[in-house]
Amino acid sequence: MSFEPKIIGFLCNWCSYTGADLAGTARMKYPANLRAIRVMCSGRIEAGFILDAFRNGADAVLICGCHIGDCHYSEGNHKCLRRLPVIKKLVEQFGIDPERVRLEWVSASEGDRFRKIVTEYTEQIRKLGPLTLRDLDFEPPPEVEHDEVKPKEEVCHV
Amino acid sequence: MSKPKLAVYWAASCGGCDIAILDIEEKILDVADFFDVVFWPCAFDFKYDDVRRMADKEITLTLFNGSIRNTENYEIAKLLREKSVVLCAFGSCASEGCIPGLANLHDRQSIFEYVYKDSPSVDNEQDVVPQSRTPVEEGVLTIPEMWDTVHTLGQVVDVDYMIPGCPPQSDQIIAVVSTIIDILKNGKELPPKGSILGATDKSCCDECSRKRDVKKIKKFVRPFEIIPDPDICLMEQGIICMGPATRAGCGAKCVSAGVPCRGCYGKTSNVRDQGAKMATAIASVIDSIDPDEIQAIVDSIPDLIGTCYRFSLPDSMLRRVQV
Ligand code: SF4
Ligand code: SF4
Ligand code: SF4
Ligand code: FES
Repeated sequence: MSFEPKIIGFLCNWCSYTGADLAGTARMKYPANLRAIRVMCSGRIEAGFILDAFRNGADAVLICGCHIGDCHYSEGNHKCLRRLPVIKKLVEQFGIDPERVRLEWVSASEGDRFRKIVTEYTEQIRKLGPLTLRDLDFEPPPEVEHDEVKPKEEVCHV
Repeated sequence: MSKPKLAVYWAASCGGCDIAILDIEEKILDVADFFDVVFWPCAFDFKYDDVRRMADKEITLTLFNGSIRNTENYEIAKLLREKSVVLCAFGSCASEGCIPGLANLHDRQSIFEYVYKDSPSVDNEQDVVPQSRTPVEEGVLTIPEMWDTVHTLGQVVDVDYMIPGCPPQSDQIIAVVSTIIDILKNGKELPPKGSILGATDKSCCDECSRKRDVKKIKKFVRPFEIIPDPDICLMEQGIICMGPATRAGCGAKCVSAGVPCRGCYGKTSNVRDQGAKMATAIASVIDSIDPDEIQAIVDSIPDLIGTCYRFSLPDSMLRRVQV
């Protein structure tokens, strides 16, 4: 079976979510790999949201907000703009390809742009492959028997 | 009437937490007076078998410091859980993983490679590295097996309370110990399970007396690079201070001495990931909306993960670095 990436999309209510809606109502086709989560503003998105998405099985996170200058709360997307490099650096240090986090500005009228971004990003992540994280939960190691090995003639350097 | 029994244990720890308990001065006499100390490797000569021979729940209180990173740590954590009525994660190692938890930036093999081979002070021509099992004439010698990933105590066994700090401050230890003695002596009710003892749920910034205004940073600096103003918030001076992401309880010790908070008291209860909270706080002081400039400012932080997760990598949402 081919790999279908799971992409979590955080879309700001005022522009990008409406843009995505427009793509939908205009019956534009784009991959169903994006799970959209509506947030009031891109400025609401914290580093923890992204790490949480990865912890819960996302292969990538797409963040969309209003273009600079258009934020409904005037400067929320500036916040997002400042957070992204910090988040990406952190994600990279965690050993996760920073390409798995992407920020795009999408206005309410840019349904087609939204479609293009999602299509292209899905392909990009498909190429990157699934994100597998190790040791997310503690697994008790198998019980060890203490003395089942017979003495051998090996030297131990101390 | 027999006295309530007390155990203190160190797993993957530095010993500082044991010292912190001894450091409560004459209060230690109250502890010795009220409790019968039945196990405390740092201070008395008890053996694991002494604990194994006890009945379940025979120990009233266990203060467990140190994180869990090998089979011995894990075995004793399970044993003490079985034998204790109240198991308390004592200190940052047991609670969040702390400095030993930074091993989660690597794995066992790369740590062994460095420690036993590549480190400049090592002379190891025969490439000897510890083996958990070594057959010798007389049988098989075993030592505990080290794991790739360091865990917190609460991730491997059920924990009743947490006393944060690296180490917990003596006045807080005194307060906690006195409260517990009072509860046990007078048959009062124990605090609800999961309580954090010896700290509050505010942030370190709440206890800090430095003046805060607008935080606008064009470049982050390390503490040795500037002489910080003694009265102004360190973040405002470009020094990354974990205060906003750290639980209050130490009395803002480090910040009042002129060095930034490193985050040893852990996260507050409304935060799930201390480092992620700090990453967001760092971004909020950057003074720019130009992507390139923002990138340059972020790049002036030498070790983001080590700064944000110095004490809490095993407790983070992602637990470890993918290597
Ligand atoms: S919490 Fe700090 S003082 Fe206590 S054992 Fe760990 S490193 Fe040492
Ligand atoms: S960031 Fe640090 S220096 Fe600033 S108020 Fe908080 S604890 Fe104090
Ligand atoms: S100021 Fe921060 S690092 Fe220092 S003791 Fe307090 S919580 Fe720990
Ligand atoms: S409302 Fe769209 S980014 Fe702020």
